[in-house]
Amino acid sequence: MNEVVVACAIGVLTASGVWLLLRPRTFQVAIGLSLLSYAVNLFIFAMGRLRIGAAPIVAAAGTPDPAAFADPLPQALVLTAIVIGFATTALLLVVLLAARGLTGTDHVDGREPE
Amino acid sequence: MSHEHLTLLLLAVPFVGSVVAMFLPANARNAEAWLAGGIAVIALVVAVTGYGVVEQGDVIRVAFLWLPHVDFSLRVDGYAWMFSLVVTGIGFLVVLYARYYLSPQDAVPRFYAFLLAFMGSMLGVVLSGNLIQIVFFWELTSLFSFLLIGYWHHNAAAREGARMALIVTSAGGLCLLGGVLVVGHIVGSYDLDRVLRAGDVIRTHPLYVTALVLIVLGAFTKSAQFPFHFWLPNAMSAPTPVSAYLHSAAMVKLGVFLLARLWPVLSGTDEWMWLVGATGLVTFVFGAYAAIFQNDLKGLLAYSTISHLGLITLLLGLNSPLAAVAAIFHMMNHATFKASLFMAAGVIDHEAGTRDIRRLSGLVRFMPITATLAMVAAAAMAGVPLLNGFLSKEMFFAESLHLAGPAPLLDRAMPYLVTVAGAFTVAYALRFIHGAFFGPDPVDLPRTPHEAPRWMRVPIEVLVLACVVVGVFPAVTIGPLLRVAVRAVLGPDTPAYSLAVWHGFTLPFMMSLVALAGGALLYYMLRGYLARGADDAPLLPDIDARRIFDRVLVTVSWRWARAIERRVATTRLSPQLRLIVVAALVAGAWPLWQRGLPFDVTASTLDPALTIAWIVGAACAIGAAWQAKFHRLTALILASGAGLVTCITFVWFSAPDLALTQLAVELVTAVLLLLGLRWLPKRVPFQWTLAGARAALPRRVRDLAIALAAGGGMATLAYAVMSVPAGRTISDFFVMHALPEGGGTNVVNVILVDFRGFDTLGEITVLGAVAVAVYSLLRRFRPPAESLEPLPQQRGLRGRRSGDDLLLPGVIMRGMFAAIVVLALYLLLRGHDLPGGGFVGGITFAIAVIVQYMAGGTRFVEDRLRIRPVRLMGIGLALAAATGVGAWFFAHPFLTSHVAHVDVPLFAGLHLPTALFFDVGVFLLVIGATSLILIALAHQLLRAHRRDQP
Repeated sequence: MNEVVVACAIGVLTASGVWLLLRPRTFQVAIGLSLLSYAVNLFIFAMGRLRIGAAPIVAAAGTPDPAAFADPLPQALVLTAIVIGFATTALLLVVLLAARGLTGTDHVDGREPE
Repeated sequence: MSHEHLTLLLLAVPFVGSVVAMFLPANARNAEAWLAGGIAVIALVVAVTGYGVVEQGDVIRVAFLWLPHVDFSLRVDGYAWMFSLVVTGIGFLVVLYARYYLSPQDAVPRFYAFLLAFMGSMLGVVLSGNLIQIVFFWELTSLFSFLLIGYWHHNAAAREGARMALIVTSAGGLCLLGGVLVVGHIVGSYDLDRVLRAGDVIRTHPLYVTALVLIVLGAFTKSAQFPFHFWLPNAMSAPTPVSAYLHSAAMVKLGVFLLARLWPVLSGTDEWMWLVGATGLVTFVFGAYAAIFQNDLKGLLAYSTISHLGLITLLLGLNSPLAAVAAIFHMMNHATFKASLFMAAGVIDHEAGTRDIRRLSGLVRFMPITATLAMVAAAAMAGVPLLNGFLSKEMFFAESLHLAGPAPLLDRAMPYLVTVAGAFTVAYALRFIHGAFFGPDPVDLPRTPHEAPRWMRVPIEVLVLACVVVGVFPAVTIGPLLRVAVRAVLGPDTPAYSLAVWHGFTLPFMMSLVALAGGALLYYMLRGYLARGADDAPLLPDIDARRIFDRVLVTVSWRWARAIERRVATTRLSPQLRLIVVAALVAGAWPLWQRGLPFDVTASTLDPALTIAWIVGAACAIGAAWQAKFHRLTALILASGAGLVTCITFVWFSAPDLALTQLAVELVTAVLLLLGLRWLPKRVPFQWTLAGARAALPRRVRDLAIALAAGGGMATLAYAVMSVPAGRTISDFFVMHALPEGGGTNVVNVILVDFRGFDTLGEITVLGAVAVAVYSLLRRFRPPAESLEPLPQQRGLRGRRSGDDLLLPGVIMRGMFAAIVVLALYLLLRGHDLPGGGFVGGITFAIAVIVQYMAGGTRFVEDRLRIRPVRLMGIGLALAAATGVGAWFFAHPFLTSHVAHVDVPLFAGLHLPTALFFDVGVFLLVIGATSLILIALAHQLLRAHRRDQP
């Protein structure tokens, strides 16, 4: 049943993220992307299935049994994605600050709707 | 050194020289010229050493693995060898000439760097042993010629000409790539040796015409054949050394080079004759005619080059081995006399200040030596006996006499046509010489003309000497070169040909005489017309290919683009994003609709604690979505709450590394967004009106539906996957081999720094690039004035340092610095075996720095602690890359890891994998990137205040 909880969590994060993505103010879009990246990271992570107490850290001797560990590959993918996610959030923030400085508004289109 | 090594050296030397030239100081004219000249001489000498091999009819081959199915291969046969001599030899003379041509104000490093890189690209095309590689270097020549033509980029005509040349030649390059792919498909290999042996297969294949059309399109655009010729006259705004090199000896020769290279494979059919022969004939006659009426010396030479390239193309299109010999011969002759003429035109331009034939006159009395040299070269161009141009032109006339093509009428007309075009050639050569050097003394020139410096004339003298020597003693001078080149192209089909100067009063000789006399007469008759200074040629329809080109360009890249944008696109962001989300939904739902989704019910139990955590997390996410418009700080805190629950989920389900990283990143992201909040405009207080709510309702309902559909879809998909047991994947390999091959027990970290180290290298490069982009954007960013007002909470606090607000916590935070740094190092060092690693260590270190900024304020920290983020990033990236390169020295592939077992005091039996150095590189880069971004943002306020108080 843990799978249901995580799946629902991914769903809620996605829905909140997409909702914010479609909003007209730049800060809303930034927060939306942030939520969406949580959802995507969790989703990729979940592709390795949920395991409890099976961190992929092998013993210092002997041949490890792959079935005894959580899937390390999605974890490696998500780990770099988290760091890159920070960088893109920063870039987005700076772009929207610069756009605000240039246009005088924080509307995503650079002008207030009529 | 073996010939294989020398060939590699020949290709590498110009590129190495180009990189060195780039880094010399801007005013180092002599050093640059010595360097470039030295490089060209080395390349020339290396090229000459290949003679022993190619003279035997052998081929030097070098190959090593490049792409799957395509080796990086070099192949030097006689033909390639001859071309490499021309490219390096004339390259050297051009370097010498350019030393005196460029003025002290010109940026010489750029010039020589481009010139050498261009030379290397030319050699790349000539020496390549497979077709893909030829196209690669072919495009490089287009690129460098663009940069060279646009060298004086302050000049609009130069920019225009460069752009036009690039668009035309790279469009042709694209066609060539297509043609080459078709040939590769027919033959089953791109290797030049195999392609050259497969002539019969190619000519009988149904795709032959497709391949032929695409390849000749590439060749025609490069060699400025009609109707693609117009870029060449427009490229004349390049510096004259560039014209002398690119537009006589090198780049424009590539088209005919390739046609001759593939002659044994593609020629021999009627399609070839119609396509290549007809294009060549039209270009030859048209170019010669148009050249007569050019008023610019270089424009005249440009049309003359078009015409001569047409002549070579025509010869190749005649399907006769003897004509192919004449074509190869004329390629060499044209390179010598045309390069010297361009240089002479450059001297005139340099010393008289103009290239306009109407203004020039009587220069023979001011620059007698240059005038003599130009006269000899022009005579060679016109085909005067005892000069090299005469020999190849006579071979050409002889060929035109006995044609057996598909159109008998054209065969019979050919001798007359080529004689007339020959007369045009004589007429424009006369115009060049008579217009510039004879007649009364010039009036009103920008400068008083005088002879060129001694060493500026040397290149012209060498080339003109070559014209004369080859013209008088062809058999002993050019004979051996021509023999190896021709034999390499034609192989066993090489016909018997004679290089004698005197063949008796034959018909071709008569044609030469008629052309000479007719050309002189034509020029005499046209003198009046030309003196009036008309701008265009009579009898030619007034079609300006350049204007058509511009119009096509504007239509395609502006009008159509605008029209498409108006009809199906929008410049507004929200509709675009909505479109993307809906498209993703449809793309995701479509296969499910078709195939259904397999569900399985797993029997894992429900963890109440996790459920409660996610109830909070979901509330946070929804709250953030709800509050992000009017309560930004609240939304930020709520979003971080959702992030923390994500973090808990990672640690819950056996991903300690992810949890650590997520936690650290969560902290820096929060700080980042907090710093950004300062610059956002104040939100207008919300006034709820019924009308406003009603107007917004449909939009909100629609967006809510999209968001719910997206969320529901993701949840369903995630559950469907998770409910099905995982099969065996590549992950098993990683788990099994992490310790024996990667030398670490933390599999995730071993994947990052070892198994998939190349990916990580890419990721940190991206991270560094983003940080630099953020930094440079912020340097330009001007915060709006209203944001600079002190906040209501801060009023009355002016004059106090920001540290004073946090007096007590500040002391604690300052004390934490050492502890956090130690933690960061600890995380880094243990990363290979236990949760940790370079990424989380780096971010933790950055947090230590940020905490100091928060406690003490920007000025306080920067007085005491000097973080150099850009330098850290550079060192980190270099270290990571160097670790990878290090493996090469032990004959292992890039980024192969090695574990050393070191016994040092205190650390007995220490495992020291090279991957640790890689991780240290990651660590340094992450520190640099994170702190660069945050500090740059933090500095905004400082800069703004500094501007206020000068």
